[in-house]
Amino acid sequence: MIMLNAICGFIRFFTGIEKQRFDNAPVTTQRIYIANHSSHVDCMVLLSALPAAIRRTVRPAAAEDYWMATPLRRWFAVNVLHIVPIPREKLTKANNPITRLVNALDQGSSLIIFPEGGRQEKEQLPIQDFKCGLYHLCKQRPEVELVPTYIGNAARVLPKGKFLPVPILCSVKFGQPIRLVQGEKKEDFLKRAQLAVEKCAS
Amino acid sequence: MSIFADAAMVPMLIGIFCILLLSSLVTLILKFKLKSTEGKALVENLSARIKAWWVMIAVFLAATATGGAACLILFALTSFIALREYITLTPNCRADHGSLTWAFFVILPLNYILLAIHWYGLFVIFIPVYAFLWIPVRSALSGDSKDFLARTAKIQWGLMTCVYFVSYAPAILGLAIPGYETHTARLLCFLVFVVQISDVMQYVFGKLLGRHKVAPNISPNKTVEGLIGGVLSATILGALFYWITPFQPWQAAVMALLISLSGFGGGMVMSAIKRDRGVKDYGSLIPGHGGMMDRIDSLCFAAPLFYHLTKYFYVH
Repeated sequence: MIMLNAICGFIRFFTGIEKQRFDNAPVTTQRIYIANHSSHVDCMVLLSALPAAIRRTVRPAAAEDYWMATPLRRWFAVNVLHIVPIPREKLTKANNPITRLVNALDQGSSLIIFPEGGRQEKEQLPIQDFKCGLYHLCKQRPEVELVPTYIGNAARVLPKGKFLPVPILCSVKFGQPIRLVQGEKKEDFLKRAQLAVEKCAS
Repeated sequence: MSIFADAAMVPMLIGIFCILLLSSLVTLILKFKLKSTEGKALVENLSARIKAWWVMIAVFLAATATGGAACLILFALTSFIALREYITLTPNCRADHGSLTWAFFVILPLNYILLAIHWYGLFVIFIPVYAFLWIPVRSALSGDSKDFLARTAKIQWGLMTCVYFVSYAPAILGLAIPGYETHTARLLCFLVFVVQISDVMQYVFGKLLGRHKVAPNISPNKTVEGLIGGVLSATILGALFYWITPFQPWQAAVMALLISLSGFGGGMVMSAIKRDRGVKDYGSLIPGHGGMMDRIDSLCFAAPLFYHLTKYFYVH
């Protein structure tokens, strides 16, 4: 935790994050932060924008094959970021990503999810269509609120395919929380969630 | 010699302290006098501005008093923050990523290292010549020709204004003026004091008497009345503080006049960039003032002029 807070402190200094808090919900409120994805630093920028008390409760969903590939990444993912590893290939009943996310929620964690799946080539609106995993997750735990979040400029800090970040001012904007409505169709819900994230951009 | 241990600096330090105290008091009185929504907003901004002044002046004086290294680090950080605001505001594309990495992590630190090791010959041409040449080469190497001239020019401009011009302020510390070598910190205080007091007095005169706008499309707050009032008061105050400089009173007045005018020019230019990009401020780092660049825009343009005039007439 100290390590994560130190890294987040550095990132706040480096990217001078400008953030907009959405409300004053108690830190214990369990939530799923859904955000646009255009850079490797997105997750760190979003974590840095959260107050430390909330940051402690948040686990990012992240690609298992990437994060478990080398011992260093694995150590960082497990011990610092506390990711929920998401398998992208060879899905079986045993490694079902939705089950893992539901388990993380049941243990009391909040989540960070980038429902676009992969990163955008460059940050732009509209963002890519959301993958349906978000719907299946919400279907199982409909009581958990989704916080639409827009991360601005992270793609300029570290564009896809580059290794060295440059300091550019980033912004993190949170919108009004949304929920899956009972009986809402999959496509409608995913579109609504996507629009909610896009709306935060302005 | 540390500026706090320097008897000649005492009147200026007391003066600054009194100005701050007075403005804090005036804001407090205005807070009770002005009841309209417009007035309240003005007082709120004013109070944020003055609070930020207390902090900025404390940080600047502490760094200057500790000596050369702390001052260089302060200005290097200032450059870093200003360049970051500037680059954030001026859009660039993926192909510029390499050039930007160079600008932030190689050119900016090297510029200040050259000052730290007193290699002024190279410092003066490092960014205007070598960085100017290397940035377009690096951008060309990444193979994207779209808007090439505009893209490279933006980065070169950023390096010139945010890094090179700003670093002329701490460069003053190294001026070898005969009989004045240990007092150069005073000269830096003189520059910063005159430039900033000119800004403040332009604001005050503009708010009190401002009728005719200089260029409303570029800066809605800059008025002819503010300009004249601000520059004149900065000139008079500069002349009054001549004894901390190596100048005669009339020379101090001329210097103060020139750096105030140059500072005004800097404010206009940096505003023009903001208006073109459709924003009000460069950032939100300093409450009430906006970003770092909003505060140092005039210093950017005044520092090189002041350095070279002083060097030309007083060093040798």
